[in-house]
Amino acid sequence: MNKARRNPLNIAAAHAILLTYTAIALFPVFVILINSFKTRKAIFREPLTLPNEESFSLIGYQTVMQQGDFFLYFQNSMIVTVTSLFFILLFGAMAAFALSEYRFRGNTLMGLYLALGIMIPIRIGTVAILEMMVASGLVNTLWALILVYTASGLPLAVFILSEFMRQVSDDLKNAGRIDGLSEYTIFFRLVVPLVRPAMATVAVFNMIPIWNDLWFPLILASSEATKTLTLGSQVFIGQFVTDWNAVLSALSMAILPVMVLYVIFSRQLIRGITSGAVK
Amino acid sequence: MGAVTISDVRKSFGTIEVLHGISVDIAEGEFAVLVGPSGCGKSTLLRMIAGLEDISSGEISIGDRVVNQLAPKDRDIAMVFQSYALYPHMTVAENMGFSLKLAGVPKPERRKRVEEAAAILGLTDYLDRQPRQLSGGQRQRVAMGRAIVRKPAVFLFDEPLSNLDAKLRVQMRSEIKQNHQRLKTTTVYVTHDQIEAMTMADRIVVMNAGRIEQIGSPLELYDTPANLFVAGFIGSPAMNLLTGVLEADAFVADGGTRIALGSAGARGAAGRKAVLGIRSEHFALAPEGGGLQARILTIEPTGSETQVVLTLAGRDIVAGFRERIAARPGDLLSIQPQAESFHLFDAETGARL
Repeated sequence: MNKARRNPLNIAAAHAILLTYTAIALFPVFVILINSFKTRKAIFREPLTLPNEESFSLIGYQTVMQQGDFFLYFQNSMIVTVTSLFFILLFGAMAAFALSEYRFRGNTLMGLYLALGIMIPIRIGTVAILEMMVASGLVNTLWALILVYTASGLPLAVFILSEFMRQVSDDLKNAGRIDGLSEYTIFFRLVVPLVRPAMATVAVFNMIPIWNDLWFPLILASSEATKTLTLGSQVFIGQFVTDWNAVLSALSMAILPVMVLYVIFSRQLIRGITSGAVK
Repeated sequence: MGAVTISDVRKSFGTIEVLHGISVDIAEGEFAVLVGPSGCGKSTLLRMIAGLEDISSGEISIGDRVVNQLAPKDRDIAMVFQSYALYPHMTVAENMGFSLKLAGVPKPERRKRVEEAAAILGLTDYLDRQPRQLSGGQRQRVAMGRAIVRKPAVFLFDEPLSNLDAKLRVQMRSEIKQNHQRLKTTTVYVTHDQIEAMTMADRIVVMNAGRIEQIGSPLELYDTPANLFVAGFIGSPAMNLLTGVLEADAFVADGGTRIALGSAGARGAAGRKAVLGIRSEHFALAPEGGGLQARILTIEPTGSETQVVLTLAGRDIVAGFRERIAARPGDLLSIQPQAESFHLFDAETGARL
């Protein structure tokens, strides 16, 4: 333990800074949450007060449940996010393993090519993507979204994971080879468990933008059956009238699943299981 | 069945050849040590035996099978790595039994073999622990246990003791040696530490810059090194080497100091430039004023022996004496090198004369 850490003044200062930051970061969420439980009048009159007996109302949640197929949107968002994350992690980790483990011609070039994808935003290609989806008949299917999100998530995943995989001890992989593991089992049973914290990082990085995205659902999959949560919430926002109760209620509910996913992944983030593998 | 034959093996990375035609026969049950300075290719050779590196040309056989094209798991070998390379998410028992599980050995048999190996290595109480809960020496034992349970034809060790502290290293050294005597499995052991090589090996292969310098038992290498490299590499403290010219019955060092060669003489190389090698224990104290006069630089008593660093013929040499030395640094000491234990090397080729 160093001295600076034990100084109570420093501890207090550090906590003050962290608490302030937490308050600032959570404030919008807090406002959304409390207002989702208020009547329309109360939202506008006193947006920062907690709901009381007079202003408490579940009208927003009732509207959301009645109008539109909210649970279907929910399910669509969940399917798209989870499937995309699965493919990003699977293909990203496999590509990263190949790039970090095997010496082949064009290895560096391939790595650089993939890194290029990090710098170019995928939305630039929206028109071409739409044309491709129309041509292949994937418009208004969840697969259109999954494919696009997987493609856009892969570069960063490969980049991060290949760095981590380089740190996995060669001896460990060779021990596996001598014990009779195939390259696939080395990947799945030795390397993947060891880079799990890195994979959780990649998952968290990708999850939130996918969950919150409005652009691609609007363009590629705007049919009633394939609407995602963010797109579905838009019905309450009109040009002239916006049903704030419903919007805030929908947003409040949309926070829940991401939070659950985040908790799952962040547990992995903290867990360091590599200790003891190699000195 | 466990003999290893390496014939004219070469290895190139791109255009750079790192092994220039290595040939060694390791007999069944032999403990062979590959030793050399870092970068000499000893680890590469071991990895080629294991099948982790391709063989550029030449042939390696284990038993009577040529294994050039076989995958590591089909070579009937087990390897212990410097970093132990234990599977971090498995218990000790799982680590040791993993290869058997993959090979489809039934569970009762598996458990029996793991328990046998654990008993040999003193790991019985630790079978349910995870690697991270073990000390360095215990991890090293688990790594050996993983090799032992497979009952392979050949054990390969890649600098297994480098990560341990000095005391544990000495202890593990003798444990490995004892296990070898019990199991009698052919062993190829790579190290850069010549003391490890000397104490453990049946036969030592000294390598340097991708070539074999000499193969022989530890004492053969110590008593008759084939060339200057082996002479300088084997032995601690290192052999004292003096450059000079040979005459019929004496060696004249560069500073002009004459050292009598005794009955062996110049070995038919009179007039040639040569290097004279004398081990530290081959000096005797001469009566005052007799023998060679050398100035004392430092005195290092170890109890059983006293090592004295001296200046002789312009070189620093180390001499070890069983007697107590009363002289102090800066004094002149009369010493008598023992001519019958001299090593002479050709100054140009480095070969033994």
